[in-house]
Formats: sequence, C-alpha cells, structure tokens
Amino acid sequence: MRLETQPPVSADTPIGITLTINGQRRELRVAPWTTLLDLLRERLDLTGTKKGCDHGQCGACTVLVNGTRVNSCLTLAVMKDGAEITTVEGLAALGDRAGSNALHPIQEAFIEHDAFQCGYCTPGQLCSSVGLMNEGHAHTRDEIREAMSGNLCRCGAYTNIVDAIEDVMQGDAR
Amino acid sequence: MTQTSNPQTFSSTGRDTFVGTPRSRIDGPAKVTGLAKYAGEFAAPDLAYGYVVSSSIAKGRITAIESAEAEAVPGVLKVITHANRPRTAWRDKNFQDAVAPPGSPFRALYDDLIVFSGQPVALVVAEDFETARYAASLVRVSYAMQEPVTDLKAVRGDAYDPPTKREGIKPPPAPWGDADQAFGSAPIRVQGGYSMANEHHNPMEPHATTVVVEQDGTYTVYDKIQGVSNSHQYLVNVFGLKPDQVRVLNPYLGGGFGSGLRPQYQAFLAMLAAQELKRSVRVTLTRDQMWSFTYRGEALQTVALGAEPDGTLTTLRHDAVQGTSTFEDYQEVIVNWSGVLYRCENVALTYRIAKLDTATPGDMRAPGAVTGVFAIETAMDELAYATGQDPIALRLKNYAESDATAQGKPFGSKELKSCFRQGAERFGWAKRNPEPRSMREGRELVGWGVATGIWESMMMQSSAIATLTPDGRLTVGNSTGDIGTGTYTILTQIAADTLGLPMDAVTTKLGDTRLPEAPVAGGSWTAASSGTAVMKACRNVGEQVFKLARGLENSPLANVDFDRAVFADGRISVAGDPGRSVSLVEVMQAAGVDKVEAVEQAGPDKDFNQKYEAYTHSAIFVEVKVDEELGQVRVTRVVSAIAAGKVLNPKTARSQILGGVVMGIGSALEEESMLDHRIGRFMNHNLGEYHVPVNADIYDIDVIFVAEEDKANPLGVKGLGEIGIVGTAAAITNAVFHATGKRVRDLPITIDKLL
Amino acid sequence: MNRFDYVRAGTVAEAVQAFGAGARFIAGGTNLIDLMKYEVEKPGRLIDITHLPLDRIEAHGDGLRIGALVTNAKVAYDDRVTARYPLLRNAILAGASAQLRNAASTGGNLLQRTRCYYFYDVATPCNKRAPGSGCPAIGGMNRIHAIFGTSDKCIATHPSDMCIALAALEATVQVNGPQGERSIPFSEFHRLPGESPETDTNLAPGEIVVSVDLPESRFPQHFTYLKLRDRLSYAFALVSVAAGLELDGDRIKTARLALGGVAHKPWRNREAEALLEGKPATRASFQDAADLIVAEAKPQSENGFKIDLARRAIVRGLEQAAAGTPQSLSDKRIQ
Repeated sequence: MRLETQPPVSADTPIGITLTINGQRRELRVAPWTTLLDLLRERLDLTGTKKGCDHGQCGACTVLVNGTRVNSCLTLAVMKDGAEITTVEGLAALGDRAGSNALHPIQEAFIEHDAFQCGYCTPGQLCSSVGLMNEGHAHTRDEIREAMSGNLCRCGAYTNIVDAIEDVMQGDAR
Repeated sequence: MTQTSNPQTFSSTGRDTFVGTPRSRIDGPAKVTGLAKYAGEFAAPDLAYGYVVSSSIAKGRITAIESAEAEAVPGVLKVITHANRPRTAWRDKNFQDAVAPPGSPFRALYDDLIVFSGQPVALVVAEDFETARYAASLVRVSYAMQEPVTDLKAVRGDAYDPPTKREGIKPPPAPWGDADQAFGSAPIRVQGGYSMANEHHNPMEPHATTVVVEQDGTYTVYDKIQGVSNSHQYLVNVFGLKPDQVRVLNPYLGGGFGSGLRPQYQAFLAMLAAQELKRSVRVTLTRDQMWSFTYRGEALQTVALGAEPDGTLTTLRHDAVQGTSTFEDYQEVIVNWSGVLYRCENVALTYRIAKLDTATPGDMRAPGAVTGVFAIETAMDELAYATGQDPIALRLKNYAESDATAQGKPFGSKELKSCFRQGAERFGWAKRNPEPRSMREGRELVGWGVATGIWESMMMQSSAIATLTPDGRLTVGNSTGDIGTGTYTILTQIAADTLGLPMDAVTTKLGDTRLPEAPVAGGSWTAASSGTAVMKACRNVGEQVFKLARGLENSPLANVDFDRAVFADGRISVAGDPGRSVSLVEVMQAAGVDKVEAVEQAGPDKDFNQKYEAYTHSAIFVEVKVDEELGQVRVTRVVSAIAAGKVLNPKTARSQILGGVVMGIGSALEEESMLDHRIGRFMNHNLGEYHVPVNADIYDIDVIFVAEEDKANPLGVKGLGEIGIVGTAAAITNAVFHATGKRVRDLPITIDKLL
Repeated sequence: MNRFDYVRAGTVAEAVQAFGAGARFIAGGTNLIDLMKYEVEKPGRLIDITHLPLDRIEAHGDGLRIGALVTNAKVAYDDRVTARYPLLRNAILAGASAQLRNAASTGGNLLQRTRCYYFYDVATPCNKRAPGSGCPAIGGMNRIHAIFGTSDKCIATHPSDMCIALAALEATVQVNGPQGERSIPFSEFHRLPGESPETDTNLAPGEIVVSVDLPESRFPQHFTYLKLRDRLSYAFALVSVAAGLELDGDRIKTARLALGGVAHKPWRNREAEALLEGKPATRASFQDAADLIVAEAKPQSENGFKIDLARRAIVRGLEQAAAGTPQSLSDKRIQ
C-alpha cells in the first residue's frame, strides 16, 4: 500500500486515524505527540495497559499490534493508523471459545499459578505471553525466561509466570 | 443493628476450612483483566494533569523561575512554584505523617531552598498530559549552586547518634561484656568492612495521586500509599481541612516495598493544584522522578568477631554508619540483629547517621535487616572458614535461645533450627565440599552458601468492620492496603472461616478511609493486625446472630451457650449435637434485621510482649555458578526455609517469599543507584541502567514453611512480607566465596568484582 | 516532548524532500521517542517513513539485502539469516527485549544513540547533546563507558548489538539523500567522537538508510556473539564480542572480530584479525590477538575492568567460534 505524503501536521493538532481496539473499530482524532499508551489510558479509559517507565524499559505497557507484542509507550498512535490493537481488556475475547465469556487461558493460568502480586506489571506480562506464543520461538523454560525478560516484575513472580506460560503452552500442545 | 463491642480475647469457634489452605487471589480476576484501577487511573470529567519540574541541582537556592513561556502554551492552566503557591500549614508538625522520622519533613514548593537533586520546583497543570509535559520543559529555573555532600565515606567522621529516636525503631542496646578487649584476646578473629549500594524501591507503578473535586466541594483522593489513613491525616493537617472533607482511597497498589509508606510530594502537589484551580487534578511521577524521594540508604559497616577454636563466639562487634537527609533523622535497625541471632558474652553494637544532601532515605523491604544481616551473616561465613566449621554447625553452636538485646527474654517461638534442618535436607547441603573452588561444572565454578534471615514479628493497633446481610453475604474491611501481599485473600479466608461461610459469600474492602482505621501496610504486620481485627469483628457478628437465633421461637439453639456454637456451612449448630442447627440467613430473616454489623479493635497482646520477644526466621541456601574466566554469576538454585508462625495461605505466602528472594538477588548482584558526588545526583535513574532482576535472572526457588506455633496473636501468624529478602544477599555472597574463593564485602557483586 | 510537525512519507524521495533542519525520520521510534520524552531529541518535524517500500529481505548478489524498515525480529527469525548469518541473528536476539525487537527497524538500530547517563540527563552538561558544554562522564560515572577511541570531548559507547555483528560481517549500508544514493562500508558508517561527538555517524543531513547489504556468507558454522552485561538479559553490553572464523582444518583462514560496549562505534582491529589468519585455532593464538587489541585500550576512572573483561571475552568468543559452539541465547551458561 502506498500512502500519499500528508501535509505536515503540528504535534498538538489532532489528525484522524482508525484503530481496531479489542475488536472494536474506532475513528479517532489524535495529536501526533500522543503515544498509543497515553491514548489508551487517558482518552479511551482503557487503563488496563500500564505505564511503568514510559521508556521501553519495563514492559508494563505491552500490547499486541496486529498480533505482535510491542511497547505502547514508544509507539505514536498516529503511526499505527489502520492497526488492530489488543490490550489486556481484550484478551478474554481473544481466547474466548464459543463466546463463553471465559478468561483467556493465560489469564486463568496466571491466577492459578499466582503469577502476580501487585498486578501492575500483569497486563503487560499477559500480552507479552500471548505475543510470545504467537511468535512460536520459545519452547523450553530457558527460552520462555529469556523471551519474557522484557517484562519486569518487581514483586518477583517470575517463576510463577514461567509456570503459567508453560502450562498454557502444554495445554495448546495437547 | 450496629454494635461495637469491647476488645476481648476469645477462642475461635470457627473451623479452618480455608485458612491454611492454598487459595488463588480473590483480586486475581480484576488484575488479569485490567479492571483493577490504580491511583493514577481514576477519571473525573474535569480532570487536569500536573507534571512536576525537578531540580537539576542538589543544593543551593532558586534565583529565578521563568514560567511565562510555559504559561503561554495553549491548554496550560497554571504553573505553580514556591513564589506563587497557595498557603498551606506552616508548622512542621502538620507535615509529619504517621511514620515520619524525627525532623522537619520535606515540603514541596515551600521556598527557594534546594536540599536534594530532583526536588520538585514547579508543577505545571494543563488540560492534557502531553501539554503539561511539554510546558514543563519550557519552565526555566536558575540556581545559585552550592557544593553538595552525598558521599557517606566523606562524612563518616561526622556521624552522630540521633538525638531523637524514631518511633518504633529500637536503638542499639547498651553493650555487654567488653567486646574490644575480648577481641584482642580471641584466638580466632574475623574483621571486615561491609557495604551495600544505595537502592531505590522502584515499584512497577510510579507514584501517582488523583484528586477529584466533588460537587459538594469535598475531595476524593486516590493516592499511591500503603495505607490511606496516613495520606488522609497528612492532607487534613497540611491543607487545614476537616477530616470529612477528604476521603482517600487506594483499592490497589502497584507495589510499595516501603516507598508508599509516607505520603509523597505528588499527593501534596495534586491537592495544592486541585484547591487552587478548583478542579480535579492528577499528578503522576515519571520513572526518573522515582529517584527523587525515598531510598534504601547505603550503610558503612564493620563487623569484628572473635571465637574459640571450636567456633564458640566470644566477642561480637557490629558498627554501622548510615546516611540521612539534612532535614530528617531517618533511622532503621541495622546492628541489633547480630545481638539477637547469636549468643555471645561480649557484644557491642552501634548505629550512627550522617547528613547528606539527598532526599530522606526510607524503609525499603526489611529496612535495616537486609543491610545488617548481610554483614553479620557474611562475617559468620568468614568465621566458619576461619574456624574450620561447617557454616550451619557454627550457627547452631552459637544459637541464641533468648534475646540478649532484650534482657534475655525468651522468644515466643523460634524454629530456626528446623529451618536449617529442613532447608539443608532439601538443598542437599550434606554433599557440599567446604573447600572453596572445589566444585565445578565445565567452565563454571559452583558455590553453595547459607545464611540466616531474621525479621521482627509485629502487630499494630488495627480495627475492622464486618457486616452480614440477610442474603447471606458478609462484607469485611478496613483502611489498610493490599500492596500485592494477598491481604484481600487472607482476610476473606479468615472472615469466611470465622462465620462458616464460603469464600465467595465474603466481600473484602480495603484502602478507603471510610472504613475503620488500620495502619499502613508495612513491617509485615498486616496479617496479624488486620487479620485479627477482621476475625474479631466477624466473631462479634457471629455472637450477635447467635443471640438472635437463640431468641427465636422454638429455637434449636435455645439454652445453648455461645462457646458451644459452631459456625459452618452457613449455619450455626451446637457442638456435639449437629442436628440442632439453623442457617444464618434464616435467623436474620426471622429476626427481621437488615444487617448485623460490628467494628472491632485488635492490638498487640501486652502480656505476651512482656514475656516474649517475637521474630520470624529463615535459613537461605543458595547455589551459584560463576564463570571462572568472565565472572558472570548465576543464582541457579535457592531454598528458603521460613519459620513465621502459621501460614494462612500457602499459595500467596510462597509468593511473598519468592518476591523477597528475587529482590534479594537484585540487591546482591545488580541494584545500585549511582551517585555522582560532584553534583549530588543519582545518574542511572531509569530502569534501563538501574538493574532489577529480569525473568532470565531467576532460576529455581524452593520455599519451605516449617511448622511453628506462636501465640502472639489469636491467628498465630508472624508476617511474611520481609523475611524472604533478609539474608539472601549474604547467602549469595557466601556461595560466591565458596565458588571462587573471593570474598566480596561490598554489594552488588557485579562482574568487575570477580575478575 | 516538544511540539513537532508530523509528515507521513509515501516514497523515499518524498521523505528526503520533507527533510529540513531539525527534522528526524521515524520508523520504529523505540529510541527516538524515548529520547524525545527526555528532551534529549527535540525535532521540529517527524517524517514517518514506515510506509516506504523498504520492508523486505531479498537476495542481493551472493548476499542478502535487508530493507531499512525490516524489524529486528524479522531479521533475526528470517530463515536465510538463520541459515547463512546466524551471527547476525544471535547479536540481534542478545539485545533489547522481544517487544523492542518487534518494533525497532534495521535502519533505526544503526542510529541508536549512546546510553551514557549524562547524555540522557538534560540536567547535566554533555558534548554530544549540547556541544561545548563539557563531558561529566570523564572523571564521573563511567563504568559503562568506552576504553577505545575516546577523546577528551566524549567517552560514550555505541549501544547496538546488531551493529557489532554487522561490523564483523562487513556489511554495507545503502543510503539515499539529497545528493542521491551511495554505499557506506559498515566500518565507515559510525565514527569516533573526536572533536565533534554530537555526530554519531557519517550519514549526511537528510540521508536515509535504505538497506543493509550482507556480503556472501562466510561464518555459518564458526561464529559467536558473546555479550557480558550486568544482568542476564535486557541490559546493554559491558563488553560484547562478535566473532566469525573460516577454518582450514585447525588453521584460521579468515577471522573477523568486532567488539561492542567498548567504543563509540563497533570496534574492529584489523591487525588482530590479520594476526589470527594463518595461525592455529588455539587459545594461545586467541590470547595473542586479544592482547594486541587491548594494548591500545585506555581506561577511565571506573571502567578499567573492561580492559581485562574484553581480553577474556575475546579469547572466549574466539574459542566458541572455533569450536562451533556459539553462545546460546537462552542458556545463560557461557559456553
């Protein structure tokens, strides 16, 4: 797709974009200096996605953009025009089997394995876990640990997080 | 029907159906779906955004602040500085929060004086976040700089015994025997200096406060705090408000570790701006600004141990000097632990502080114990080598059966020996070759180390409410916070068991000043304090319902004494006569009451505390693998055996210990806030360069809870929030020595220290 | 973050044309937005180049052409890269986090800026950020700083892992700009700080990286990317070693070696490579090369350990490469 060069737009002048967020198509007017993270949290009341460092150093803001995990804090919303965004609020629907309103298996596994304490890094950990499984590169515990190292957990739930992911991956394999 | 009964002791008639069993967090669904809201996430229709401008110097005066350019940015509502700030209270006392150390608390935007780097010097308030952030970058601040002093080593000689002691912090005990003389004549001597880097808590949630101005002019404040009552008191006192003009909430807290014990400056600034602008304001600190208030201050320690050739300790000296700010005398317990842990006839323990041009240090997970126990437990390992003793045998030989720092009072319970026994067995300690550098796998040296952990077991005055409604639902709660510890879950378990209800019939509410008051969540005292208060409130409700039941026509409980009542499965039955029973719902419906409610107080058991000293203990076993050539350390295995009384919920309890161990690994190997003393500034103020453990750093951690019966409180709990971290760094240091033969006495053990 | 104009470019020509003083091209944004939030970068205009047709990996002679917009993750997991340039794959996967690699572009990775504490903190002077203001890292917190090629103006290091591999692989950077297209050998792409540390690369104003071209694959078996850092993942290198060897029996036919975390650019020492060539692939040879390389190292007040660490890492890296046992990405035991 070739896009026409747009005339320059000032940072605080909103421009129109379309995002599909958790399955819902939204026409938005967003200033260029607004990150995807701030758009979600401050404009759309999707506060499930967390701001931990705002610099790509903690992973709390991890969301899925077209199924791929990225740090929403380092993403300008206007640059994702047309993208499909999945946040923690949309994970249940993503994992929803036959519209049962159930949690995504990874959400259930996090609860079962006590893979969080304060819960602040959790949305990022969950989106990152789903991204990891979509990628399909991590199989062993060592590989999971390495691939989840972009998500800090100051409460130290790491071993339980790996247990939860392994559990879901093994379930998928069955 | 509301009744508040007098505090009383009682035996629980409830059975442990839920207490003591592993239960998933009841706040789990809210947290995994993103519905759990944290302080900086509450909305208001008129919300404005505050962004803090931070001082670039550590010491001096502001000579000018130019804010016109910032104010001219469309959308900017106000730039507040010391020059134009609204008036607040002026007496120090009004700024002293419930856990403030002695001194004169920091006041943001108070005057032109700069007392630490990163100090807030202006708040820019705008219609949206991006505008506030941009405008903040346009505020120009000029300073008259003075040379800051932030190097503790440079002011070690100026250290002093704090004239006013911090409440709740035991000063070092008076010395006994003559430690120095005994050291001079000891056949075996070990002496060393120990230090740990400055550390910052860095909870994943940055500090944030949302002040919502309600229609009636009152304020609803969502504050990142480990106990809303503390913020409430602070805001009321500082802003001269009536208590009912402010409600503070914090249903979820994205990690505290002590950083949220005291109200921080963003709460002050948000309230200041909300009052000034008469609209709702949120102030969220940036991650960098998380280096602009409390931290775990480094301490310079020396330990001198003397022993007989058989390892019997004859003398123990432990001295510590720690930094504080220029305006408050922060204090923590660093050296006392050495005197509690070991039986020794000549002991001297000292603790002094020295003023630095930094923010006031504060409590960080197991404050003082992390620091002091690292030193004593590393020194004990050195003594083990010096005497040729097994490190566990040495500790058992000098095992304290009573607390020498408290006139020899016995411990309420101390199953530390079981920790060593069970931990050693699980770890496989018997297979250890004590010789340093004797174990290797390929290019890696393998080291096994052990250390003891200790933390005080405390209980604080706390209250709680319990309300039973005729639909069979029970609501309990108080103002304390669940900082990730699992408080919601354990209180639910306790409440459900006390009244014999299923857990899903219980709603636990926390973090709201409209609920009965409880202290900040800290010190590992919440389970004991709030748990007992909830249990008593539920017990009171049970007694009221029982009385209603007995008064019913043809009551199956007629003429039964309360101490024979059994609450189970939503019913009250008679002990030994289960046929006689009635459901709680039936009783309330028949009695025609719309609710049965009670508020109860719980506090420390004075009689018990007069007779006993209360501590939690642990034995930590660590395996490290160190690349012989490159110095890379991996902590491949940890066994942490914990003696902490009754475990209410093994699942969340285990997580508490895991978290402590992980933070301990960080403190041993990675965490270091680096001060450039020339400018008095922490330079690696971000999560890219201040290293906390990542997933790849953490291998197997095995947690053992040894059986321990304790009677300090009716629940038999001793607290778990801190014990997991204490001693972990020493166990790692000791394992690194065993692996490499290198004794590192200054943490963190980064690669450069092992080359 | 300051105000900026936003321009979405459709073609390379349009992107180049939209460029002017104070403008920056933006693709993944993982470093630029980070720096803008710190007020380190204050571009007046952002030119969004993510829609340019530079997002493919394709055959290029005997080598491979990687479009500037291909994400780091796509490069690392590309089958051709995995088979023929595993050194590049390993270096990429040793850096950042999965999330960052999913967003960061190939071109952007080349243009990452240093992690020097002072560069990042606008409360302090920095010659790289504010030319002429001074370098507080000299005599300050410089544990993570350079030991090679420093100047009295700047001792910062280049932060990329990918670039260390590209240096060893002797890639070529294709650029396009106001003066048209040109190729820059990788070793000439980044520069040393000298008197003008504000300039990281030899890219001219308005020039845009369009691709990174890899020559014929030479080190599919004997390579490693060994990275030493302050934690086991998600940290910048204290020292890293990209090594590629072609062996003829026990003898070294070709050696390529680049170091990360030690200089303002990926650090190569051609004399050391030449010294290795023709020598037996033994620890003694590796030690000789390492000694030669570190002989010209110059420590700062806090980073002297890097000299010893670099020496040891070079030896180990060459051992790994010679043995065909490259450093694992997930097993943190150093092979």
